[in-house]
Amino acid sequence: MTALGMPVVPPRGSGNLRGVKKFPDAARQELSNPQLRRNIGKATHTIRAKRLNVTGELPDWEQLRDAGAAIKADVLNRLPELLIRLEEAVTARGGVVHWAADAAEANAIVTELIRRTGSDEVLKVKSMATQEIGLNEHLEAQGIAAYETDLAELIVQLGHDKPSHILVPAIHRNRAEIREIFLREMPGVDPELDDNPRHLAAAARKFLRHKFMTVPVAVSGANFGIAETGTLAVVESEGNGRMCLTLPQTLITVMGIEKLLPTFRDLEVFLQLLPRSSTGERMNPYTSMWTGVTPGDGPQEFHLVLLDNGRTAALADEIGREALHCIRCSACLNVCPVYERTGGHAYGSTYPGPIGAVLSPQLAGMDQPDDPNSSLPFASSLCGACYDACPVKIDIPSLLVELRHQKVEHARFGPEAAAMKAASLAMSSSRRWTAAQKAAGLGRVLAGKKGKITSLPGPLAGWTDARDMPAPPKRTFRQWWASDEGRAALAEAREEGQQR
Amino acid sequence: MRIALFATCLGDTMFPEAVSATALLLARLGHDVVFPERQTCCGQMHVNTGYQPDALPLVENYVEAFDDSSIDAIVAPSGSCVGSVRHQHGIVASRYGSASLCGRVDTVKAKTYELSEFLVDVLGVTDVGAYFPHRVTYHPTCHSLRMLRVGEKPLQLLRAVREIDLVELPQADSCCGFGGTFAIKNAETSTAMLADKLTDVAATGAEYCSAGDSSCLMHIGGGLTRLRTGTRTIHLAEILASVEPAVAPKGVPA
Repeated sequence: MTALGMPVVPPRGSGNLRGVKKFPDAARQELSNPQLRRNIGKATHTIRAKRLNVTGELPDWEQLRDAGAAIKADVLNRLPELLIRLEEAVTARGGVVHWAADAAEANAIVTELIRRTGSDEVLKVKSMATQEIGLNEHLEAQGIAAYETDLAELIVQLGHDKPSHILVPAIHRNRAEIREIFLREMPGVDPELDDNPRHLAAAARKFLRHKFMTVPVAVSGANFGIAETGTLAVVESEGNGRMCLTLPQTLITVMGIEKLLPTFRDLEVFLQLLPRSSTGERMNPYTSMWTGVTPGDGPQEFHLVLLDNGRTAALADEIGREALHCIRCSACLNVCPVYERTGGHAYGSTYPGPIGAVLSPQLAGMDQPDDPNSSLPFASSLCGACYDACPVKIDIPSLLVELRHQKVEHARFGPEAAAMKAASLAMSSSRRWTAAQKAAGLGRVLAGKKGKITSLPGPLAGWTDARDMPAPPKRTFRQWWASDEGRAALAEAREEGQQR
Repeated sequence: MRIALFATCLGDTMFPEAVSATALLLARLGHDVVFPERQTCCGQMHVNTGYQPDALPLVENYVEAFDDSSIDAIVAPSGSCVGSVRHQHGIVASRYGSASLCGRVDTVKAKTYELSEFLVDVLGVTDVGAYFPHRVTYHPTCHSLRMLRVGEKPLQLLRAVREIDLVELPQADSCCGFGGTFAIKNAETSTAMLADKLTDVAATGAEYCSAGDSSCLMHIGGGLTRLRTGTRTIHLAEILASVEPAVAPKGVPA
């Protein structure tokens, strides 16, 4: 705390930004489910191929990515100014702006606003921000029923499950499983329902239609908020979102403060980047935009809840703030070899995959040694596919390496730190290094006649559970280089070179 | 050209044949190959595991070993270690080192190359005169592919090899799951990734799976021997350094 009693570090986020298990433990459980791996593998490969098709056909795709990155950097550089601009524009058009520091505040504001309408039911447009703050669970505890209207989100909700993908929340479910969920949980469903996708969608449609006609209040997220005009935008595929945005009397939008764009014109860039990166479509089927209220048309009451929940803490981190550029397209999930095997639940937080491994620790912190979030930066082989796929060029591998550094700086102790220190010492002088190499030669004893090591001790056992380790060779390279044989071979090669 | 070999810690200790192949290949191409003995490790393991301060002595040692104006280029048979030199040494030096170290890091990293990019970009060679009469598939390692952007260069070199039967690896650009300490910290996930890579390698029917990084090959090879598929791993440098067994030159009377 400073002398004024202000915290030095801004408060970190709360809500669904932290799992209960560390990534390796959660992943172990998911990896043991072959159905889940098949479902996710199939879905991500399909979206991946579609994305490559539609990004490949744009001659200026790279320039669009650069433009997206530049606009986002600009937004974060002058966020306070732009947020005030947004508040003024929304207010001028008859909307009401609320500021929420964390999940609890945002939930309280939304609950109060719904209560004021007199309804104990609320429609939901698919929204990462409200998942992040755990709004549905909070409303349920307050006696308010929230109905997810996005088909996949509805499947997850009815299945008492958690989303496992930003864009395709039910990616881990196949149609047979969905049919079972509907039969078990959907009020008024036809007991003869089969698993034909059209029939499943029709059943959901019938269920939702009634809600659209009767529930007077809806909660949405926002893909973009335009500071210049106070316009909010949601892009979607099914049109259910648009029903929620237009039919009810009251509309409440919860938006993370980083989702701003400075001007209406900036949408041009992002409405190209987002659909192509997320669904692999040239354009998404429904783009809805609304600005305050219009008498006699659409919701007559509009509230915008601006959510911090750890975002200013992330912004304060000079290197880490790049993660706030994220537009939640999920392209990084679909190309990530780790996500492909483990699915989204292993990441614990609302935000899975590579960007989630960066965002969750940034928003919610990872200061405690046993914090599950502290395992997320290590849940990557750093293959770099996410960086190549990101429409706003977030260098996720470098951010992960940076977070690993921050994590270790928080807690430099334990056997790993000692081993790293020892390795650093051994490897910082060739004299000590060659001595260490001699010791490594003892590995040949472990290997025996097989010439390979099939069982390693301690933390290294994870390697030999599935793979052999070659025995160290009899001679290191530097020994060969200094040997008569090495000298002769090199001389011969040199001679051949001269003859060429 | 006077070329300094960077053996890398793994190459020096575990895969000397990949490094000696690099040395012989460059010598055969007519270059003066030297081995600065002071060298050890690039420090990638420390940086990628979060131990940046512990990487500083390794960055300093790398600079001490290779900051030599008589050296025209530093060549390593590893995309990953060269990626570390190029992208991580500057970060470590600017955070924990002196201004002079930063300057020397810039000088040295500008001369550091991965083998295939050195051959194609610097020497302008795609046909190194190699002979390798085997069915081979090639795995483009992540750091070569995405940190160094070597692209088609290794394949250009392989295509020029005499008698090689080069077969395409399905889903070649998927990570094999090694990832340094990732393979230890997230062993099960790493293993699941490896399993799919091994399936793809097996589908090629190749005798050899090659790559430009011994670390990835150690991982893939460790899985292959466990499965007893008969497919072996081999470093790109070893294929490129492989020559036809000596025969009497044509037209020369015996």
